Amino acid sequence: MPRTTENASRVGPAIGSRVVRLAILGLAILPAGCSGVLNPAGPIASAERTILLTSLVIMLAIVVPTLLATVAFAWWFRAGNTKARRRPDWTYSGKVELVVWSIPFLVILFLGGITYVGAHKLDPYRPLDGKVTPLEIEVVSLDWKWLFIYPDRKVAALNELVVPAGVPLNFHITSATVMTAFFIPQLGSMIYSMNGMETQLHLMADDPGTFRGLASHYSGAGFADMNFPVRAVPMADFDAWVAKVAAGGRPLDEAAYKGLLKASIKDAPVTYGSVEDGLFRRIVTRTAPDAPEREPGDTGSVKTSGRN
Amino acid sequence: MFGRLTWNAIPFGEPIPMIAAAIVILTILGVSTLVLVKGWFPYLWREWITSVDHKRIGVMYCALALVMLLRGFSDAILMRSQQALAFQSGGYLTPEHYDQIFSAHGTIMIFFVAMTFMVGLMNFVLPLQLGVRDVAFPTFNSVGFWLTASGVLLINISLVVGSFARTGWLPYPPLSELKFSPDVGVDYYLWGIQISGVGTLISGINLLTTILKMRAPGMNYTRMPMFCWTALAANLLIVAAFPILTATLAMLTLDRYLGFHFFTNDGGGNMMMFMNLIWAWGHPEVYILILPAFGVFSEIISTFSGKPLFGYRSMVIATMAICILSFMVWLHHFFTMGAGADVNAFFGLMTMIIAVPTGVKVFNWLFTMFGGSVRFEPPMLWALSFMVTFVIGGMTGVLLAVPPADFVLHNSLFLVAHFHNVVIGGVLFGAFAGYTYWFPKAFGFKLDRAWGVRAFWFWTIGFYVAFMPLYFLGLEGMTRRMQHYDVPGWQPWLIVAAGGAFLILLGIVCQIVQIYVSIRDREALADTTGDPWDGRTLEWITTSPPPAYNFAVLPDVTGLEVYWDTKQSVLKEGTMPDAPDYEAIEMPRNSPTGVVTAFFATVTGFAMIWHIWWMVVVGLIGAFATFVVFAWRDKMEYEIGRDEVVRIETDVRSQRAERLRQRVETA
Repeated sequence: MPRTTENASRVGPAIGSRVVRLAILGLAILPAGCSGVLNPAGPIASAERTILLTSLVIMLAIVVPTLLATVAFAWWFRAGNTKARRRPDWTYSGKVELVVWSIPFLVILFLGGITYVGAHKLDPYRPLDGKVTPLEIEVVSLDWKWLFIYPDRKVAALNELVVPAGVPLNFHITSATVMTAFFIPQLGSMIYSMNGMETQLHLMADDPGTFRGLASHYSGAGFADMNFPVRAVPMADFDAWVAKVAAGGRPLDEAAYKGLLKASIKDAPVTYGSVEDGLFRRIVTRTAPDAPEREPGDTGSVKTSGRN
Repeated sequence: MFGRLTWNAIPFGEPIPMIAAAIVILTILGVSTLVLVKGWFPYLWREWITSVDHKRIGVMYCALALVMLLRGFSDAILMRSQQALAFQSGGYLTPEHYDQIFSAHGTIMIFFVAMTFMVGLMNFVLPLQLGVRDVAFPTFNSVGFWLTASGVLLINISLVVGSFARTGWLPYPPLSELKFSPDVGVDYYLWGIQISGVGTLISGINLLTTILKMRAPGMNYTRMPMFCWTALAANLLIVAAFPILTATLAMLTLDRYLGFHFFTNDGGGNMMMFMNLIWAWGHPEVYILILPAFGVFSEIISTFSGKPLFGYRSMVIATMAICILSFMVWLHHFFTMGAGADVNAFFGLMTMIIAVPTGVKVFNWLFTMFGGSVRFEPPMLWALSFMVTFVIGGMTGVLLAVPPADFVLHNSLFLVAHFHNVVIGGVLFGAFAGYTYWFPKAFGFKLDRAWGVRAFWFWTIGFYVAFMPLYFLGLEGMTRRMQHYDVPGWQPWLIVAAGGAFLILLGIVCQIVQIYVSIRDREALADTTGDPWDGRTLEWITTSPPPAYNFAVLPDVTGLEVYWDTKQSVLKEGTMPDAPDYEAIEMPRNSPTGVVTAFFATVTGFAMIWHIWWMVVVGLIGAFATFVVFAWRDKMEYEIGRDEVVRIETDVRSQRAERLRQRVETA
């Protein structure tokens, strides 16, 4: 989807794109890993990186001189320096005041423009542009695992997200228990998953690859293990995967869903060959079974067995 | 009989809390024994515990904050070492334990270190800078302090009896609701913070009234020192924002105790309301912390540059602008809730606008140094480190205010690095700067310089080593509050960060040594002048430590820097001004109301936490009875006779005249 990519990356103003590239280079020198937000693998993430670095560069233009001036002024006007010209009564200057108010104001005006445009263009609720039909994915956060339902394909997967590369992904997100957040750093924006509510997120993976997905809002004892691999595969492979899952997986019915509501950690990925109609809708409207209460005095019915 | 409280509440099987608790209990027992054996208790009771003197209360606030810094920092060391170890392993802290530690760390550092320290400095300094003898409501002030101490006590009891919240420092529902947190942890949080929050509100009302109604003759608003202005703004925020906290926590309490549904998943509750409300308090709260620190730095940079503050009016406007704007930005704490582009853009822009007055302040501090004569005493070192550190922290803060950037950095270690960057670099450095600056005023001797400089370097370098790696980890997609992780690239950074925490530990050790050395060498470090730093504001006109009444005659304020001007003219003329006519002074009587009220508040809070209903009734009746007894008092004040005032002041004047004579001779 070249058009999508173009569209999204235009969000960051063209100004200083060379500076931004330099900044990226600068940050790349640091031993940056390969799963972070500085290594985008989709249009949203790369547009967000552009905005992040552009804003950083704009601010550095004023921050660096300020830091240097702090050190320089303090050192030059040290008590022992005989060369410094003392002006102990200099406490007001209209010109300086004007500059002092203008500089931050102009910087903020500039950044404010980026913010306003960026907030609209990269609103997580805004569908991606493009001719390819998007894939709908329903996401449910559970204690402490992730359930992904593909409503059009009538299959589902636990703790592993398989998506076609180059296809816009429309996520509908909710939580069966407490609040957490759904985040795939290399694809871009995170958004909260909240019980009784549906949030939306629009992302896309440019190319096939494996990314790290995680819960990015603390949700209790099993939170640290609440991450999942994201596999972006070519469309044909995706269709093959769906066909395989549909043929071999067990059904995700009410009984299976009830089982998932029990708190657990480090569940191995599971696939479901069929999904009860409207399950996601029932979870959002709280007409599906509810999560059980956590027991007093323990960490949510899960002891961290198998770990020292 | 004892509600939910049984022997099972005490975690006998877990070594870390048991050892920590044993150390704390032994220390308390040791100190208490020493106090009793040496016969110090009557003195402590008379001069400190029941004192309504704003200076004593201010000192007690700061002492409490320093002690709680040790507790909060112990938690920090545990977290940093856990994360340094916990790559593909459980580390040495279970999730149950680790989750309590980060919750307690945040709660303690914000409420009982940063907040308490700032309130302490304001309590001590404000009446002195305003040229008055006390705060507006001295006994009320004592109640405020002791209620804060009561909150501290409850939070620390949770270490041994029961457990603390495992929700983070803000107990977001539905995790904090009974369904998902059925044990006493969240209840400890609710009652500890509720009680100390009332204490803070009391202190805010008291200090606000003091600034608005009790200034020395001639001190109109545009003659108030900058610290008074920032304190005014901070206390306005306290009075406006803390009721929101009280109401929000009360709603969560109703959910948990009486089955209400304000924030629950079911029954029509909505946790979004909690997040909006808690941050409607929470964002002003960060300005409640940072504004007094801005004031401290304004005083210090001016004093140690030997110049009045540059652009005073700009600074006042900037302060009040921040005060008002701080109420219009709360939503930037949850851009990722999905509120929509217009809402996110609005709150992003409002947040950035705050950077304008803040930037103005930084530039004005710069120009205060320009043309000055800068002395690198420890308070000034903290101020310089603040200017550099805070500008960096402010920059990353503006970055997080850009919604698309926040969408990938929210809740990450980048965020953690940002707020430590401004809270340590701003608030805590401000607290240390103020502590070093006003210590001689409080105790009559300076803190040892060498150990102060060492502490400064360890803290500053330690801060950068501990928190810069977290920025990179945040960019690498590491989210906060992880008990363990499985990304190999993170561990080296976390080990470096743990190293930084140990450097900060050395800084704290230096500060403890500094106190010891300074007390030991107090004769050599004595401040006999009352003005150890060549100060400019009214607190330096009186002796160190000041007499109970602060000023024998209230100063006549004719300008912004009345003390500096007087000092210059006296030095120029070489003669002391004539002695004023002294009169008898009436001062408020000490009262145990504060400590007794807090005792009953603690009893009530503890009983509520453990559902011991009869004890709740006892606590409430006790607190009400204390109020009734205080309301029926018939003697409110005592008089310091004219002869006593004359005796003290004549002595001070003769010493000053002698020093002036020597100075004129050497000149």
